[in-house]
Amino acid sequence: MRLHQLSLFLENRPGQLRAPCQVLAQAGVDILTTSLADTAQFGILRLVVRDWQKAKAALEAAGMVVNVTEVVPVEVEDRPGGLLAALSAIDQAGLGIEYMYAFAAGTKAGKAAVVLRFQDVGKAEKALLEAGIRVLAEEELLGRM
Amino acid sequence: MRSNWNDAPGGFHPASAPDYLPREQLRAVQLQRLQATVKRAYEGQKLFRQRMDERKLTPAHVKRLEDVAQLPFMVKTDLRDTYPFGLFASPMEEVVRLHASSGTTGKPIVVAYTAADVEVWKEVMIRAFAACGVSRADVIQNAYGYGLFTGGLGAHYGAEALGATVIPISGGNTERQLMVMADFGVTVICSTPSYFLHLLERAKEAKLDFGRLRVGIFGAEPWSDAMRLRIQQESGIRAHDIYGLSEIIGPGVGSECHRQDGLHLFEDHFLPEIVDPQTGQVLPDGTEGELVLTTLSKQAMPMIRYRTRDVTSLNPEPCACGRTIRRIRRISRRSDDMFIIRGVNVFPSQVETALLQVEGTLPHYQIVLTREKGLDNMEVQVEVTPEIFSDKVRALEALHARLEDALEQVLGIRVMATLVEPRSLARSEGKAKRVIDNRKM
Repeated sequence: MRLHQLSLFLENRPGQLRAPCQVLAQAGVDILTTSLADTAQFGILRLVVRDWQKAKAALEAAGMVVNVTEVVPVEVEDRPGGLLAALSAIDQAGLGIEYMYAFAAGTKAGKAAVVLRFQDVGKAEKALLEAGIRVLAEEELLGRM
Repeated sequence: MRSNWNDAPGGFHPASAPDYLPREQLRAVQLQRLQATVKRAYEGQKLFRQRMDERKLTPAHVKRLEDVAQLPFMVKTDLRDTYPFGLFASPMEEVVRLHASSGTTGKPIVVAYTAADVEVWKEVMIRAFAACGVSRADVIQNAYGYGLFTGGLGAHYGAEALGATVIPISGGNTERQLMVMADFGVTVICSTPSYFLHLLERAKEAKLDFGRLRVGIFGAEPWSDAMRLRIQQESGIRAHDIYGLSEIIGPGVGSECHRQDGLHLFEDHFLPEIVDPQTGQVLPDGTEGELVLTTLSKQAMPMIRYRTRDVTSLNPEPCACGRTIRRIRRISRRSDDMFIIRGVNVFPSQVETALLQVEGTLPHYQIVLTREKGLDNMEVQVEVTPEIFSDKVRALEALHARLEDALEQVLGIRVMATLVEPRSLARSEGKAKRVIDNRKM
């Protein structure tokens, strides 16, 4: 039920985002969602793609350093307070979120999805499931989108 | 009472007398001192004795001045390998001062002075000041760093012994430097040339002038005639080059005179040779090569044939100032990959030590030197490797901070580290070009 996220190091200057996107386009890999963390000096591009192994191989062949991280895709209700329920469960379990970003749409109508990065993925999944929050499977997400 | 004994051009001072010795007389003094120094080193420095024994040489082999060429060289790593006190030829009770400067790795090199060595140091600094036309009537702002670095205290003791008024302001704090310069009626400044350019820029921004300042004594890093021209034109002062290195004594090994045409070496204390940096063969006067120096009066730490790695040539032509001691051309480059930034010696190998400490393996890196508003900046660009890359900003920022801290620890100065994309730094055939020097000298 974990999602493989690819991270790339980018220097913080114009044009740097283009290169990895070009590589993925050429490799025919579909980007499902992405987030960019930036500092004054550098940026980290995080990608969820349809075929992470193929994407990783293509990016590495192009000389990029690719980091694979397991992240947790969580289904939330697409209504006010929907995200809050998931966050409350995480707080209750005493877990910290390293970072978070969203999917444009959830797996079905009325649902949205967010990607969460935890230090301890197993613990986080357990806490979420115990709180009745649905953690999505990679296949489920890929199948829907 | 302020006398004007050294108001004459050329800055004559009683201590400057050896600058004008007839060559033959100078050579006699040199030979006598060389023989005594070789004997002292042979008896007091295990490493030197061992190398002499290997060559089946004894101090008795030095019969003529030219015989110095048979003696073994000393190099910077010898100081590191014998760290801290292995080259001292005096017992610690006789050592009155220690200084240290950066070596080729994390460990500094240590140098020692007896009371007599400090006297010699003062004397050569008086002669350097006098040659630049500085007298006891001057107010000297000493902006060389005080501390383990030889620049600050070396210039300080010399200026005091000259009888001038010394302001021991040390380096840094530009606003205060400019205030002191104007308010205290400063006439002479000692600093690195790049720091003076920085003062110049700041003074211009603040619309300040340099008041009574008339002479700059600039050393501890290489600079060019173009830089001199700029300093002189923009500030209206005379900019003089001074030469020295801790391993030999510190500042005061050589200095320009008012002719500003090469640096006179105080040859009665430091015997110069020019050698081929590859073969070590002695080259004739006038030929460019590596400067090799032998101390002729040092007690605590005699140095026989020390390879300075500074590239220059010896000019035996008599100087218009009347001094008979030979001149070296201004140092323009080094025969190794060391460079000097803000007066501090830096070897790329030191940077590698710091990177290894942090990352465990050596990443591809590059050192970029720039000069902004007269101030030297050093940037270490480090390629991100799979081992160190993280998807978390916090982790990369912590890594970046660790890199800068490790570099500061090893180099002794704060420099900038930049993480760059893998494979973004140029690769060259064979030896990688580690240092990109974009400073305009």
